[in-house]
Amino acid sequence: MAIISFHQVSKRYPGGFEALKAVSFSVEPGEMLYLTGHSGAGKTTLLNLIAAIERANGGTVLVNGQNVSTMRSSAVPYLRRNLGLVFQGQKLLYDRSVFDNVMLPLIVTGQPYREAARRARAALDKVGLLTRERANPVTLSGGEQQRLCVARAVVNRPAIVLADEPTASLDAAYADEIMEMFSAFNQVGVTVLVATHDRQLIGKYRKRVLTLDHGRLQ
Amino acid sequence: MRAWFQHHRLSLAQTTSRLASSPLATTLNVIAIGVALALPFGVYCMLANLESLSRRVPVDPQLTIFLARDAARADLAAVEVRLKAARGVRSVRFISRDAALADLGRAGGLDEVIATLPQNPLPDAFVVTLATSDPVLADRLELEFKSLPKVALVQADSAWVRRLDALLRLGRTGVLMLAGLLGIALVAVTFNTIRLQILTQRDEIELCRLIGATHAYIRRPFFYLGSVLGLLGGLAALAIVVAGLAFLNRDLITLAPLYGADLRLRLPDPNEMGAVLGGAAALGWLGAYLSVSRHLLERGRR
Repeated sequence: MAIISFHQVSKRYPGGFEALKAVSFSVEPGEMLYLTGHSGAGKTTLLNLIAAIERANGGTVLVNGQNVSTMRSSAVPYLRRNLGLVFQGQKLLYDRSVFDNVMLPLIVTGQPYREAARRARAALDKVGLLTRERANPVTLSGGEQQRLCVARAVVNRPAIVLADEPTASLDAAYADEIMEMFSAFNQVGVTVLVATHDRQLIGKYRKRVLTLDHGRLQ
Repeated sequence: MRAWFQHHRLSLAQTTSRLASSPLATTLNVIAIGVALALPFGVYCMLANLESLSRRVPVDPQLTIFLARDAARADLAAVEVRLKAARGVRSVRFISRDAALADLGRAGGLDEVIATLPQNPLPDAFVVTLATSDPVLADRLELEFKSLPKVALVQADSAWVRRLDALLRLGRTGVLMLAGLLGIALVAVTFNTIRLQILTQRDEIELCRLIGATHAYIRRPFFYLGSVLGLLGGLAALAIVVAGLAFLNRDLITLAPLYGADLRLRLPDPNEMGAVLGGAAALGWLGAYLSVSRHLLERGRR
């Protein structure tokens, strides 16, 4: 059974702008794929619909067998705990250390502190930031900050990772590093959906590509 | 369950460090809440003192019937019978004019004056205690007794107590209204404080929601913040009121002997203090609840 499936999904914003028009696709568990298209094509909107950050106006969005379009808002937090989100704007908290940033998803979901700390260190180790755990995120380079975002997204061991332009504003070497990490997670069974407009990057990895054009899937 | 406790502990620790990190703002908030609470609580304490004063005075409604100076023994007996027979009378006590004069000499220290009097100027009197404090009954009996032969004057002794009681009731209503208004002020103060706190933590709240925090999780630290603010404000109010009463007592100590009475103001008892602290914490919680709910609702609509 598909882990994510869209059926005739449309999203219209107040004012009449149609971000998505009758979008249908499905993603199998353990798959890794790219979502691409020009800027404003609807990539972020599509990711937002999966995480219930926005709701569709028409059609059905199924994630993990749950219908996200009709989900009660009290159930949304539990949906999101199964998702690892890498945001376009990073959303790191600069009032606390690297370690505490990665701890946050575990604290929010009520993990016991000792176990949480162990997992946070493991996640930081995976992205090569363990030696910087006491640092403030401001002092990290752009590539390191993005790696920190990846660590925070995967620390809860989500079934699905959604990444929105994770390599934007990174030079090619850093971008490759990030994509290698996603591939590694995918190899251990995590479903990964990466939204990017970087054609070069997509060419490097042989994965399925969904292309959006003015809200329509090509 | 452990996670739940862990988060509560964490929330409380966060709250404390947040309050401590901006001592000036915290102090000003606490003072604002404290003054708002001290006003109704202080008035309440003064009223409680007046009330206990009025309680020390016999509240049993009494009528004093003074007889004419020329009343004979037979007249006395006739009046006594009529008084005892009247409906609504519990007891009748006779105070002879000689006993009254002796009493006056003892209580007033007027022995020398009395000794110079050519004759006893006081009349005989009956003190009638009524069965109930119904003012209608008192008025009816007052009229009835006035019309008895050889009765010069009927005086309702309890009238001033009733008046004081009515005034106290008015005062209590006033305190309730004051407490209601200033309670709203307290909620408003915490509402705004929490709102500011929410705005400074907007990014963190937003992120927490995106990574699966429930509304309860997001609300909890702010509930603590509101309650702790209310509690600190309540403590400030107690301090203000107790200090105020202690100051007044210091002055009363010099005043009381002049009136030959113990005019010490009673300090609030532990129950009353507990009620103030509990009420302040609850109102702080309410302010926080309204503030966070409003914020979550605003966010939720996007």
